[in-house]
Amino acid sequence: MKQLPFFSVTRFFAIVAKEFIQMRRDRMTFGMMIGIPLMQLILFGFAINSDPKHLPAAILLADRGSQGRTLMQAAKNSAYFDLSQEFETTAEAEAALLHGRTQFVLNIPENFSRKLLRGEKPALLMEADATDPAATGNAVAALRALLNNALQNDLKGPLAFLKGSPGPIELIVHPHYNPEGVTQYNIVPGLMGVVLTLTMVIITGLAITRETESGTMETLLSMPTRPFEVLIGKIIPYIFVGYVQVSLILLAARFIFNVPMVGSIPLLLACALIFIAANLAVGITFSTIARNQRQAMQMAMFFFLPSLLLSGFMFPFRGMPHWAQTLGEILPLTHFLRVVRGILLKGSDFGDLIPELWPISLFLVLVLTGGGLRYRKTLD
Amino acid sequence: MPTELAIDVQGMTKRFGALVAVDGVDLQVKRGEICGFLGPNGSGKTTFIRMLCGLLRADGGSGHCLGYNVITESELIKFEVGYLTQRFSFYEDLTIQENLEFVARMYGIPGRQAAVRECLSRLGLVDRRIQLAGKLSGGWKQRLALAACLLHQPKLLLLDEPTAGVDPKARRDFWNEIHSLAAQGLTFLIATHYMDEAERCHRLAFISKGKLLATGSSDQVLARANLTTWSVRGPQLLALSNDLTGLPGIEQVVAFGNTLHVSSSQQAALERAIAPFRKPPYIWQPIESGLEDVFIRLMDSSHTVEA
Ligand SMILES: Nc1ncnc2c1ncn2[C@@H]1O[C@H](COP(=O)(O)OP(=O)(O)O)[C@@H](O)[C@H]1O
Ligand SMILES: [Mg+2]
Repeated sequence: MKQLPFFSVTRFFAIVAKEFIQMRRDRMTFGMMIGIPLMQLILFGFAINSDPKHLPAAILLADRGSQGRTLMQAAKNSAYFDLSQEFETTAEAEAALLHGRTQFVLNIPENFSRKLLRGEKPALLMEADATDPAATGNAVAALRALLNNALQNDLKGPLAFLKGSPGPIELIVHPHYNPEGVTQYNIVPGLMGVVLTLTMVIITGLAITRETESGTMETLLSMPTRPFEVLIGKIIPYIFVGYVQVSLILLAARFIFNVPMVGSIPLLLACALIFIAANLAVGITFSTIARNQRQAMQMAMFFFLPSLLLSGFMFPFRGMPHWAQTLGEILPLTHFLRVVRGILLKGSDFGDLIPELWPISLFLVLVLTGGGLRYRKTLD
Repeated sequence: MPTELAIDVQGMTKRFGALVAVDGVDLQVKRGEICGFLGPNGSGKTTFIRMLCGLLRADGGSGHCLGYNVITESELIKFEVGYLTQRFSFYEDLTIQENLEFVARMYGIPGRQAAVRECLSRLGLVDRRIQLAGKLSGGWKQRLALAACLLHQPKLLLLDEPTAGVDPKARRDFWNEIHSLAAQGLTFLIATHYMDEAERCHRLAFISKGKLLATGSSDQVLARANLTTWSVRGPQLLALSNDLTGLPGIEQVVAFGNTLHVSSSQQAALERAIAPFRKPPYIWQPIESGLEDVFIRLMDSSHTVEA
């Protein structure tokens, strides 16, 4: 029996070419392409603060004395930190910080207890991932208070003089990646992901419902074609729209907000491809489900709001309740935010980003498959 | 091996909820034939055509279209069928040429550019090829749509009310083109509700309320109906119509312009019934029943069967 090939490049190209032309003639696409990034840059150009708790922290304990242990215990009991890891070497600690496995490393140096008891005011080093300054600031302040309280019991009798007001220890905070704690450094790169999530989902969300409403779906369906040729063919042209937005925001970040760009921009652009495709896939899948354009818009909003709220863009990710974090981990935006901040502020390389890239890729594949299954090959 | 029949389906049925839009329709159309598909609005013509080309899933029925199984092989049927939709459904935001190129690519037509160029010149649209399809007038849209349907050289054309809203001259040109294409071996199924177009078809299929009521050539349909018709002229035809309607022996009274057509399948009874009215100022004349008389009769009887 003759069969229609599973995927025809010619037909796929027919759809791509048609969509490109239609996109070029569609004012709304242009509006979304330029208007949404501009609006968001203005809206989110200022900081959003909050007071997160239970931030993942690690300890590097080189001190053998009892005061070091006391401090560690105090940090463990604090609501601000989840002190779950202990490291042996500085390299280990650095790696954990870079990969986002921990947000703080409390470094209690060798001979800390001895120096403390001698009244030498030993230094305590706090290394912080400051890419999200709202999350760091409060935690550092909390640590300061906590340290002083913790040592109250130990500093008695002859040592009472150490309680004096500059404090018995010197806390040195070493903020990594965003040393000045500039909120825009966090927000502006994040905006790239937010804008892409909004526009990409809306643009393709309308793609199939528009054909249904204008009646052209009847022509399209009367021609021999496979769902994936249509779905992927409709996605491709909008990847370019996505890149226009990425470029706009990167330019604004560089020249208006002076965001440092430590890592590789080509790497960022490559990662953006997966993220853009994932969001376009969400839109096209919504489009196969929605009965009309209004429903498609509502679905786009239904996807956008959780992305905005749970991805770590609005609120520091670590500060959210556990269930919200779990939900957040599913969303591509969550991972893309880490990718953008990682590349721009930390200089992450491809290897560092793999843990963020595979969840986006998996999401893309699953959503597109869902769209392929939902695509109606008939009018009923 | 190509079969004699381009369309050979039995019991085609489609339901929309409680409504049976197409109800057990059988249809055979030979290759090279022009089959007129007649029926009033909402009778299920569009629905039937959509089932033939795989746009709607049939709820019942079986058979073949161009030798392919009409239920399971609709993807292959699509390669060899051209479907002209009732409402213009090409891309209005694409130019004439872009629409044709899109269609050519979708069917993987070899020598695409040459095919599109030839199609444009046959249409006489070479100069307007960069005009948006949405800006064309109704008649031109129809010509573009027909040309686009023919681009992949289909063997069967399904035309859904192709001449609705087209002026008489364009309609005549259109039918001439249909006949010359049929002479080359193309098969046509043409939905219409213009009776004069029915006369130009080799074969007719009449559908009402989803049911096929009559098939055959127009002579066959007329012969089978065995209808006797008298025409009557004169003043106050409306009053006369009211007097005649419902008399035993009279099955149908229809106004045609300045005349009434009075029909029945029982010739003797009809003549008895009209005898009292055959006096001046009325002028009575026996005429040959036309397709229109027959179809109105068929539709009415399908109503009474239901009621
Ligand atoms: N998609 C649909 N959903 C529900 N009812 C429909 C649908 N399409 C057609 N119908 C109904 O089926 C009947 C036949 O319609 P259609 O095939 O369009 O008739 P025609 O083409 O002869 O005018 C009509 O009553 C119409 O309202
Ligand atoms: Mg119709």
